[in-house]
Amino acid sequence: MSRAADSPFDPPPDLRDVEPVGRVRIWSGETPWLVTSYDAQRDVLADQRFSADTQRTGFPHQSASTAERRRDFRPFIVMDDPEHARLRKMLTRNFMIKRIDALRPRVQQIVDELIDALLAGPKPADLVRAFALPVPSLVICELLGVPYADHDFFQACSRRLISRDTPVDEALAASNELRSYLRDLVLDKQRSPTDDMLGRLVADQLAAGAVTVDEVVSMGVLMLIAGHETTANMIGLGTLALLHHPDQLAELRDTRDPALVANAVEELLRYLTIVHSGRRRVATEDVEVDGRLVRAGEGIILANDAGNRDAEAFPEPDRLDIHRQARHHIAFGYGVHQCLGQPLARMELQIVYGTLYRRIPTLRSAVPLAEIEFKHDMIVYGVHALPVTW
Amino acid sequence: MKVVVDQDKCIGSGQCVLVAPEVFDQRDDDAIVVLLQEHPAAAHEDGVRQAARLCPALAIELDEQ
Repeated sequence: MSRAADSPFDPPPDLRDVEPVGRVRIWSGETPWLVTSYDAQRDVLADQRFSADTQRTGFPHQSASTAERRRDFRPFIVMDDPEHARLRKMLTRNFMIKRIDALRPRVQQIVDELIDALLAGPKPADLVRAFALPVPSLVICELLGVPYADHDFFQACSRRLISRDTPVDEALAASNELRSYLRDLVLDKQRSPTDDMLGRLVADQLAAGAVTVDEVVSMGVLMLIAGHETTANMIGLGTLALLHHPDQLAELRDTRDPALVANAVEELLRYLTIVHSGRRRVATEDVEVDGRLVRAGEGIILANDAGNRDAEAFPEPDRLDIHRQARHHIAFGYGVHQCLGQPLARMELQIVYGTLYRRIPTLRSAVPLAEIEFKHDMIVYGVHALPVTW
Repeated sequence: MKVVVDQDKCIGSGQCVLVAPEVFDQRDDDAIVVLLQEHPAAAHEDGVRQAARLCPALAIELDEQ
């Protein structure tokens, strides 16, 4: 389901009037369950009788190309515990709150330098290319230990991978190119150790035989894609949403209170819910969900965007209000698969939202909303480009 | 209020540390939750309730005696 052209910040209108737990027909002709209510989604995501294993019969894949690609590329997000926990635990220390806090000065420096460059360049400018994409790309490259100089290559691969319309062959080729690139990097780090996330995985876990090269490569691909696509889209789409809510933008621009900026980040995560294709699971036994019996082997899709607009959980859900208590949103998912990188994403967004509008107080869209191209066709929602001036 | 954490369930998301840093911390080597105060001061109780609600792994239990 796509969002409506005239209300690009809202969930698809088709999601509005369906039952909290009902059936939906997907691309393959299968009819998995679709859950739109907030509480039921949290229940399912916290219930390990629902499997994230994409190789199980009945798993409701997003597209023909993801179904095909998942046959040989299996990052830990499509595994269940204990396999999932074993691999995920090797990474959690990198995302500890105090470690992420320690990165703030460096991220602030990256943000400031990119804004300096933007201001020194021609206008109008594309905020996505000049700012939204480089911020998280530079950060994840430094953290992982991937050369930023290669960003055109891996961003092109990533775009082909997360587009729903990419033909199966092309998606497989993009996946293979990215894996082969990461494999070379991992082998380099085996020969010459580096002090970054991939380097430490190689030196600590790979050397001890706790993981295979393939597993390290899969983790690298996952973190590289997840680390820049999502945050970049939150910067671009979030900025556009704020430009269309000038009172909220003015408050955010004028505040010196980091707690209000952090609150605004949570509200925009909720309001926009850019991972809009639904979290997907398959039942391993018969489970009742909000009064409906989901049988073993049946797929289930959790519409996070609808859940984050559920009036039971968020009064007046369609209103963007940066003062709202929205931290319990499910934009990062919920349960044991909840986004591993969320402390990093939150920190980057807090710095961006707390800096960009203050540094460029006259920032405005250079084209009308109708001319903006939205990523209706991508697994992660956002804008392809955002022409701005100041 | 008494707080009980389950380190085996914990996935190191750090949600609890963000909302109630006086009560929760993370272990340096694997980010797993460390309980700093079993009986938090009244001023921290709201934060602890929020932490229990936000915990994605349901690893925090509260006894509201």
